[in-house]
Amino acid sequence: MGALKQSLESNEAELIRRVCAGDKEAFYSLVEPCERAVFTAAMSILNNVADAEEVAQEAVLKAFAALPRFRGESKFSTWLVQITINEARLKLRRDRRHLYDSIDESQTDDQGDCFPKDFADWREIPSETLQRKELKEALKRALDGLPQKYREVLILRDVQHLSIQETAEVLGITEGSVKTRLLRARFRMRDALAPGIDGSWSTGKLEYEKVRPW
Amino acid sequence: MKVIEISCLEVWREISNYLDGEVDAELRARMESHFKVCAHCSAVLDGTRNVVKLVGDGVEYQMPPGFSKRLYDKIKAK
Repeated sequence: MGALKQSLESNEAELIRRVCAGDKEAFYSLVEPCERAVFTAAMSILNNVADAEEVAQEAVLKAFAALPRFRGESKFSTWLVQITINEARLKLRRDRRHLYDSIDESQTDDQGDCFPKDFADWREIPSETLQRKELKEALKRALDGLPQKYREVLILRDVQHLSIQETAEVLGITEGSVKTRLLRARFRMRDALAPGIDGSWSTGKLEYEKVRPW
Repeated sequence: MKVIEISCLEVWREISNYLDGEVDAELRARMESHFKVCAHCSAVLDGTRNVVKLVGDGVEYQMPPGFSKRLYDKIKAK
């Protein structure tokens, strides 16, 4: 692992050196492995394919222009995702679509405690269940229903598998906020998905008995 | 070693950190002895763990066809 990481890092440094010497192809070699991460980060904020592509392109071009100032303090991919997130947020502000989200967010600050809404025991999810269209759709609906600030943390941590420290870095928030938002995002997803997980997706049974201690 | 009891509320606050291995050994031991006796909290733990698995395995944003080519062309045109 150490040797592989070292070779990736030296390869990255070599590519950066070539880009700074004017080699555009080398820049694409640098960007290519990060394409999916860049697109996903943009989607986690914009939730729209055309907007996410536009922002991904803008972010990559910005990174190209800024590369001589890249100090290698973080991985290139982390740096590129950070630029993408900033561009996506700018676009959101420009398009003024944030009005809707900001109303939502004002009611969901990170203060105070967060309670799970229901205590039903989920059975283990069989992996073939994941292939079911209903579950995929329910996942998408649940994700779309999250306030943006929870969705972005959930995607970066649980889909992209960034560390808590990297997530904090790319979003420009503290590690404590990452943890709090992640808890809230996961609880909301659990509340939204619970009825199907309890059986209806795997058994076709539609009734779901909520279990609430109060 | 005596394990100091922990309330459900404290468990919920830390459940996501617990799953991520972000709690220290002492808190982990307190939470684990709580899960053994509290069906509600162990249900919340299982559900939250399922969410992490579902999101990790099931959420994928498909890049639109031609995404890489258009990105490459943008870089070339710069």
